[in-house]
Amino acid sequence: MALMRKAKHFKWQHKHLLGLRELNSEEITYILDTAKGFEQISTRSVKKAPTLRGKVVVNLFFEDSTRTRNSFTLAASRLSADVIEFTKKASAVSKGETLLDTAKNLEAMGIDIVVIRHSAGGAPKFLSRNIKACVVNAGDGYCEHPTQALLDVYTIRKLKGTLEGLKIAIVGDIAHSRVARSDLWAMSKLGADVILVGPPTLMPAEVGRLPVDVSYSLDEVIEKVDVINMLRIQFERLGGNPFPSVREYSHYFGLTVERMKRAKSDIMVMHPGPINRGLEMESEVADGENSVILDQVKNGLAVRMAVMFLVNQAAAQKI
Amino acid sequence: MIKNGRVIDPANGLDKKCDVLIVDEKIADVGEIEKKAEKVIDATGKIVTPGLIDMHVHFREPGDEEEETIASGSAAAVAAGFTSVVCMPNTNPTIDNETDVEYIHRKGRKARKTHVYTMGAITKQLQGVELAEMGFMAEAGAVGFTDDGNGLQDPAVMLRALKYAAMFDVVIAQHCQDNSFAGNGVMNAGYYSTILGLPGISTLAEEAMLWRDIQLVKKANVRYHAQHISTAGSVELIRAAKKASLPVTCEVTPHHLLLTDQCCAEYDTNYKVNPPLRSAEDIDALKQAIADGLVDALVTDHAPHLQSEKELEFLAAPFGIVGLECALGLYVKALVEPGILSWPGLISLMTERPAKIIGVDKGTLGKGKQGDVTIIDPDAEYEIDVNKFRSKSKNCPYHGWKVTGRVEKTIVGGEIRFSAGD
Repeated sequence: MALMRKAKHFKWQHKHLLGLRELNSEEITYILDTAKGFEQISTRSVKKAPTLRGKVVVNLFFEDSTRTRNSFTLAASRLSADVIEFTKKASAVSKGETLLDTAKNLEAMGIDIVVIRHSAGGAPKFLSRNIKACVVNAGDGYCEHPTQALLDVYTIRKLKGTLEGLKIAIVGDIAHSRVARSDLWAMSKLGADVILVGPPTLMPAEVGRLPVDVSYSLDEVIEKVDVINMLRIQFERLGGNPFPSVREYSHYFGLTVERMKRAKSDIMVMHPGPINRGLEMESEVADGENSVILDQVKNGLAVRMAVMFLVNQAAAQKI
Repeated sequence: MIKNGRVIDPANGLDKKCDVLIVDEKIADVGEIEKKAEKVIDATGKIVTPGLIDMHVHFREPGDEEEETIASGSAAAVAAGFTSVVCMPNTNPTIDNETDVEYIHRKGRKARKTHVYTMGAITKQLQGVELAEMGFMAEAGAVGFTDDGNGLQDPAVMLRALKYAAMFDVVIAQHCQDNSFAGNGVMNAGYYSTILGLPGISTLAEEAMLWRDIQLVKKANVRYHAQHISTAGSVELIRAAKKASLPVTCEVTPHHLLLTDQCCAEYDTNYKVNPPLRSAEDIDALKQAIADGLVDALVTDHAPHLQSEKELEFLAAPFGIVGLECALGLYVKALVEPGILSWPGLISLMTERPAKIIGVDKGTLGKGKQGDVTIIDPDAEYEIDVNKFRSKSKNCPYHGWKVTGRVEKTIVGGEIRFSAGD
């Protein structure tokens, strides 16, 4: 693996992957380079590597998820780990067993990596302070979703060569989006200019202090950008009535065939899935030639293998 | 007899080295006293003040005695120099009738540590709908009314409460929080809530209700007290209300003077408190307000919670910080050391001024007043250690902080109830 040799002087230090805000560009690049080495495993006839043989990975999912959970499960099994699936709906007010008790009980079984998705921002960090196993954040509240952002930048880098100097729009419900939070750190750290686009009612507090630009007009932004990432409108998270109707939202912020006509011809269209077809994006665009949505899913596997490989390695070195 | 201390009694404009004589539970004399006394405390190098008053504590009794009791809470209070505390009524059941008020008093007397007062609820069960029996509670000794823990949302109910309370010369205190702005927030709305992915509580939640209440106070001739104000906007509202000579007072906690929302960055739930920790600009505004004399009382909002409750996700953990046993050192750090307040200024906000708000004849060393005295070593440095707290709960973010200014002795009704080293 040439790229891994090139980065030989660099040593990955983190036994947890909690978020991208706390990583620097060198560390993010190192994960992407490592993922590149894992990508070809999926193309072999025997799709397995012995990297995590004898290790136990727990998928601790307190929120609904299909693709992220399956992607982690598949990534872990390709690395020959044993995988335990633990899914449970967490209520806002913790009743019954606490997160800490759940994790301590799992730890007593001798687990090595916890992949956690939780509705509370900071839950992975909380867990990492209290257990010995590696913790990988698979989405916490609307804080971060680091592996999603890593697969996003991986996909962009693969097609465009670099993120340096690219203009990238992230469109939709920024306030409640963990994808936007992780994306903006990864993309801006790798040198892209990030523009957050959405109605002011879906922008987080003091958004101006983030290393991004903000626009309320997709029409103004569409012509300028090299990459556009359309967020899913998450009806389950929206409080109150941040926009008057789905129809009006689509009118201003939907990626339609009409709007695509004004975009650069090589614009990359991304979506973290699952898509509300016809709402944030028309089907013709989602399935069109600029769409890389399925590449994102494919690359997610390599990225998650790389992340589990790296945290496990860091943990082994620390013992 | 307390000899040779620096006696600070702001109500009487006194700040000089002299003696204090207590006879039969009462202050008999202050000055250079030649008489012989049965017992003499040498207070050379110490500050001698009226007993400190904390008009905002939660002792969790009745209902959550595993977190704190009136006995454990008042033991913590007396060790921190407080001779009087005011409990908030958001217990389980709520303190919303005279029997409950008497219960708090009885438990306080039984504990024999500090004087234990209570506020009553403004509305039955703090539901913000029907008025509680404020008259009967006031007769039973409730020193004010509040739905603390909640803001009273309905403006018409609030106006009714203010008007009705005017009959009894009591103070109506408000936890200013408009729930439509606060939503499901768990920390200050701002840059840190954004990057931490946590729902925020806008400063507007506090300011909108405070603004509204000030308008209501104009329609009702009653004393109004804004509890634990936390924002620069609130300071300006209080400034304007006082300028207009409205009967409005306010209080500030140590945590809103020392900690910002940046402290929440590691999701440490010991920093989860309501009103939330705000920005550095808000702290500056609160300190300026204190320097300008706009703040009437310093309070701890002592809010005990079990460790098991705080060992949760930031989103799920309860709000609250225990503050009694580090209060004095923290006020010194926040206010005296930077020169915002002199010692007499600090003592005033911990004695006579809160006493006036709650309408008790305390907070001064005048002749014939009750013998509540606190002796402070202003130069003693120490490290805050939550494990030494007498409070049953340890949810305190100041563990390990080094502070100056320690309570040496606390005398309540002429009786030494606390001595350092005991």
